[in-house]
Amino acid sequence: MIKRIFAIPLVAVLAATGIVAGMGSLQSNAETSDGGALKSVSDFEAIADTSARSKAIFEEASRVMTHPRCINCHPATRSPTQGEDMHPHVPLMNASESSLGPAGLVCSTCHGAENRPVVGSRMKSIPGNSHWSLAPASMAWQGLTVGEICRQVKDTSRNGNRSLADLIRHMGEDHLVGWAWHPGEGRSAPPGSQETFAALIDAWVSTGAECPD
Amino acid sequence: MTYDLLVNGKKYVVDVDGDIPLLWVLRDTIGLTGTKFGCGIAMCGACTVQVDGVPVRSCVVPVAEAAAKPITTIEAIGETAEGARVQKAWLDIDVVQCGYCQSGQIMSATAFLAANPSPTDEDIDAVMAGNICRCGTYPRIRAAIKLAAAGR
Ligand code: FES
Ligand code: FES
Repeated sequence: MIKRIFAIPLVAVLAATGIVAGMGSLQSNAETSDGGALKSVSDFEAIADTSARSKAIFEEASRVMTHPRCINCHPATRSPTQGEDMHPHVPLMNASESSLGPAGLVCSTCHGAENRPVVGSRMKSIPGNSHWSLAPASMAWQGLTVGEICRQVKDTSRNGNRSLADLIRHMGEDHLVGWAWHPGEGRSAPPGSQETFAALIDAWVSTGAECPD
Repeated sequence: MTYDLLVNGKKYVVDVDGDIPLLWVLRDTIGLTGTKFGCGIAMCGACTVQVDGVPVRSCVVPVAEAAAKPITTIEAIGETAEGARVQKAWLDIDVVQCGYCQSGQIMSATAFLAANPSPTDEDIDAVMAGNICRCGTYPRIRAAIKLAAAGR
């Protein structure tokens, strides 16, 4: 412990100069942890028209998909964003062909199978999951409207060849999707829970999987 | 709790908490001080070591996760073919200025060259962007990686 305390002043200059850009963007990570509620399927029963109901349900589910915990890794370019303000990832990361980062700086260089606590920093933890990776280019969501995201999500040529039934399962059971509600200290979670989100996707599918305009 | 660590081909039995970062076990418990502490939050790369050949930031890897896997640090990277080439190129180009970031630079560069033996400038920048150098040795790092790649 004593050695560690002495090590800190030695590197203070390194910390203060080299990573000052990164530290600046960390400030925006001072965040809440409760994403609030997600409407449940029954909240949409009053909408008589099935197509309109389907669209409204997707709109509600999209509050999860467009939350920073999800959309940060569905970027418009092949570089992820991070934080509540969706700033470019520090260090700059490229997905490379694998979507796991280039050899030498892969996602797992920093991100482990679970969130890792960080002591004594404004950044409270490093997020992690065993499937940590960037979404494929075909699943880029940033910059799209909710309707465009919807059409992409159900397009088998762009969604990893998933059927609507596969989508319900993916949204409800995939543990990288589920990580969003357990994002580690210092990070907000999307509204609702993975269960309420999956129930909305299920109801969207059973009402015809209609997309908002 | 005790953990068996395999560092640079040598077995160490350490009695530490499982969530202590690997960096501090390497430096304080085992006494391998070539690996440096820069930021402690996976932002600078100074603490890079290789676990199973993959570069990781030892300041955020809990020791329990690294136990029983082969760990390579700067002290032994020169014993690998890529590591030896990288170290020679580093000397030939005279990359180092203050040196603080350099063990991390060499650990990243070595893993990178092992996976990508003929990198372009873009490839080099994409990977080495993760290792910060206060002294700004980036152009020399890039030149040395190209020299090491050419010296295959
Ligand atoms: S000390 Fe580990 S990345 Fe900076
Ligand atoms: S050589 Fe001084 S920090 Fe890189």
